[in-house]
Amino acid sequence: MTNQGIGQSVRRKEDFRFITGQGHYTDDINRPGQLYASFLRSPHAFAKIKSIDTSTAKKMPGVVAVYTGQDVAADKVGGLICGWTVKDKKGEPHKAPRHDIIAIDHVRHVGDQVAVVIARSASQARDAAETIEVDYEVLKPVVDVVSALKSGAPQVHADAPGNLCYDWDFGDKAATEAAFAKAAHVTKIELLNNRLSPNPMEPRSAIGEYDPGLDTTTVYTTSQNPHVIRLILCAFVLGLPEHKVRVIAPDVGGGFGSKIFNYAEETVCVWAARKLKKPVKWTSDRTEAFLTDAHGRDHVTHAELAMDKDGKFLGLRVATMANMGAYLSTFASAVPTYLYALLLAGQYTTPAIYAEVKAVFTNTTPVDAYRGAGRPEATYVVERIVEAAARELKMDPAELRRRNFVPPDAFPYQTPVACVYDSGQYAKALDKALEMADKAGFASRKAASAKKGKLRGFGICAYIEACGIAPSAVVGSLGAGVGLWESAQIRFNATGSVFVYTGSHSHGQGHETTFAQIVSDKLGVALENVEVIHGDTALVPMGMGTYGSRSLAVGGSAIIRAVDKIVEKGKKIAAHLMEASVEDVAYDKGVFSVKGTDKQVPMAQVAFTAYVPHNYPADLEPGLEASAFYDPANFTFPAGVHIAEVEIDSDTGDTTIANWVAVDDFGNVINPMIVEGQVHGGIAQGVGQALLEGVVYDPQSGQLLTASFNDYCMPRADNLPSYKVGMIETPCPHNPLGVKGCGEAGAIAAPAALMNAITDALGTEEITMPATPLKVWQVIQSRKLADAAE
Amino acid sequence: MTISVTLIVNGQPVTRDIEPRTLLVQLLRETLELTGTHVGCDTSQCGACVVHIDGKSVKSCTILAAQAQGAKVVTIEGLAQDGKLHPMQEAFRENHALQCGFCTPGMIMSAVDLVQRNPNPSEDTVRHELEGNLCRCTGYHNIVKAVMAGAQAMRG
Repeated sequence: MTNQGIGQSVRRKEDFRFITGQGHYTDDINRPGQLYASFLRSPHAFAKIKSIDTSTAKKMPGVVAVYTGQDVAADKVGGLICGWTVKDKKGEPHKAPRHDIIAIDHVRHVGDQVAVVIARSASQARDAAETIEVDYEVLKPVVDVVSALKSGAPQVHADAPGNLCYDWDFGDKAATEAAFAKAAHVTKIELLNNRLSPNPMEPRSAIGEYDPGLDTTTVYTTSQNPHVIRLILCAFVLGLPEHKVRVIAPDVGGGFGSKIFNYAEETVCVWAARKLKKPVKWTSDRTEAFLTDAHGRDHVTHAELAMDKDGKFLGLRVATMANMGAYLSTFASAVPTYLYALLLAGQYTTPAIYAEVKAVFTNTTPVDAYRGAGRPEATYVVERIVEAAARELKMDPAELRRRNFVPPDAFPYQTPVACVYDSGQYAKALDKALEMADKAGFASRKAASAKKGKLRGFGICAYIEACGIAPSAVVGSLGAGVGLWESAQIRFNATGSVFVYTGSHSHGQGHETTFAQIVSDKLGVALENVEVIHGDTALVPMGMGTYGSRSLAVGGSAIIRAVDKIVEKGKKIAAHLMEASVEDVAYDKGVFSVKGTDKQVPMAQVAFTAYVPHNYPADLEPGLEASAFYDPANFTFPAGVHIAEVEIDSDTGDTTIANWVAVDDFGNVINPMIVEGQVHGGIAQGVGQALLEGVVYDPQSGQLLTASFNDYCMPRADNLPSYKVGMIETPCPHNPLGVKGCGEAGAIAAPAALMNAITDALGTEEITMPATPLKVWQVIQSRKLADAAE
Repeated sequence: MTISVTLIVNGQPVTRDIEPRTLLVQLLRETLELTGTHVGCDTSQCGACVVHIDGKSVKSCTILAAQAQGAKVVTIEGLAQDGKLHPMQEAFRENHALQCGFCTPGMIMSAVDLVQRNPNPSEDTVRHELEGNLCRCTGYHNIVKAVMAGAQAMRG
């Protein structure tokens, strides 16, 4: 028991099925009589649909049905929704143009769905889709935010004039202007936050199934939040009663945000299955995933930092243009606003901050939350401009940060951008990271690199993130259409084993182990006798799912609340068994005892008695189970310092990561092995953003040029180093486990750390992500030319 | 039109009539219901579909089932012997080398082949050899550790 509880690196319970090939991912599931869907997609970025001829397709072998947007419209299917309404500077709601599950009159990005074929096999459906003839009137597209905001730009939606979704601001403009007026020094920076494709290794997949006898609909789907999908499908898109719909998200092969959203294809499977009264399955191929999975990031930002003569931050102002793509995805509007501007204080005491964000429609794939969602973009702004400021002031970047950190005795700390930071020890993390990175030895390592003709750079990123999303009343006041609490249910069996039901969802995070550790530790049940159930709306109480590093801080807290209820009832049963009064019963780790005596009964006996209540309190219900819902009091604020050290080959522009140090403060840690794994994976995605990855559209045609793994550069084993991971633990004061969340930290910290190292090596801020060998080489060459000219 | 193929999968001879264009991975997943072999891309880049054909790792999305006529195919389901996990499977679990588990079968099959060809690989060799297997979750750190540990266990 002692080596399986809280704080132990327990090996994962879920691994056996995955290492033996016995997982159950959605595409592994097949239903009797199942049909297959294949989508015909737009080859144009922007076009008017003049006509669609499906007559040949309908006669192809195996074809059961061919549907277009007209069929969807005839059934009065609702459009896909955005669940978070952002209000602009004038208090007007954002523009959320209609998003049909199959396009009706216009296609607005390459890959937009134009028709669907349902056939007896996947290849028959695909063959038939290729025979559909569509007459398009091709329109000139716009793919980037700067072009889209220009007058005369193509208009993506008639009801979003100027392609503007919203023009929003946050913070105290007057106070920030005043701070800049008295500044001794102002640092300015232009930043591009490159568009990324999330690329979980499992492509999206869905099966819709309808049982006419029961009038129930079942959806198997690759989702991070099955209840949210059920709510959206029922209440907004298909108009079905929630109690007649079951959504199952079985084993899910990674999400990183992209599987939060309600997409067109899954919705079409459900709609078609009900129409045809047969199961309908669709599985994305990888190019479809690049074309239709919501992308991440894509910001263009100008930022300015005002400082006094000692480098004390006085004010920060930020102007950002955020690309929304062709339609507003499920939570897209919140990402560059409330998940972005509220984090612009970083770890610092900057007293005045003002941010303006223009969200813009373009003829590209919709953009929504991707690992970190807004917080990587905020961290990139803060940590790049702080680094640039240190260089301008000729000050040690670590010292400039130290001078401006929120001190450890200032918590809870109210920032000027609404957040109240819960706890932290920012200087301690920085000192530890600098020591682990051997900052003292950097000068000699740089000299050694120079002897080999190579450049060497050292980059720090001190990040903060807001996790444990989120207090329902707060997000409701900011426009969220949902509450962001979480549910848990603990159910004892008569023989002492336990089911734990959670409304959060694991798609790689290891909930089946971490949550079992908590319950094992608190209820004294052996780990192998705890089964964690998630991902099925028919089994699990309504829950909000997994994203924003919320599962442990919110879902784990709900489990603790349920544990408390179990113990409370257990005490009554134990008191009866021990012939004591309830007030005299103590409880510790699975054992009830009478205070001051040697009388005790174990949890297993209490559970058995609850189900076989022959000798039982007269006024007590049988059974031992408890449900709990937990709505967090605040966000949690994990923070830390990542340090990248790079060596650059001046001849090729190739960047090698020589060292990576991460010191993170996630509060208390339940399973260090799993937490470190989350950090590793996050860093890899952040390194991918900074060095390798980038979604590229052709500006003229709007074609997606990076629509396969041949063209989009995913990080591979030989692109990455091993990481040195350290932790400090400052417990979160407002949740029962003292935990903060760890899923996104690496992806938030890594891009700025790496770009600070690369710009340090190159001696210029003028390079954008991804810093490919070509771009780095061009910077080196242009500097050589400039030096020669002097 | 269909054609008949016969091959030995995880030690069992199987004969099936299939469409000539059927990929090996489709035969494994859809006809034989061996769904441990995964499909993560359509350009032979991700390696989620790696199986062993006559002892060598092959991306099963890249060959037609008909090309495997007469071959001995081992999938992730056939790696454990007599109820005992292969040392590489054990090493992946012990070193937390998987998160979502989707790339894991292909990763393990590639790693076993790598070690069979190279019983004592360096970290650099492991990283280079795994270039054909994408993982989006782990950042590869623990996969590399697991392969090194699995290699040691396979050496005995």
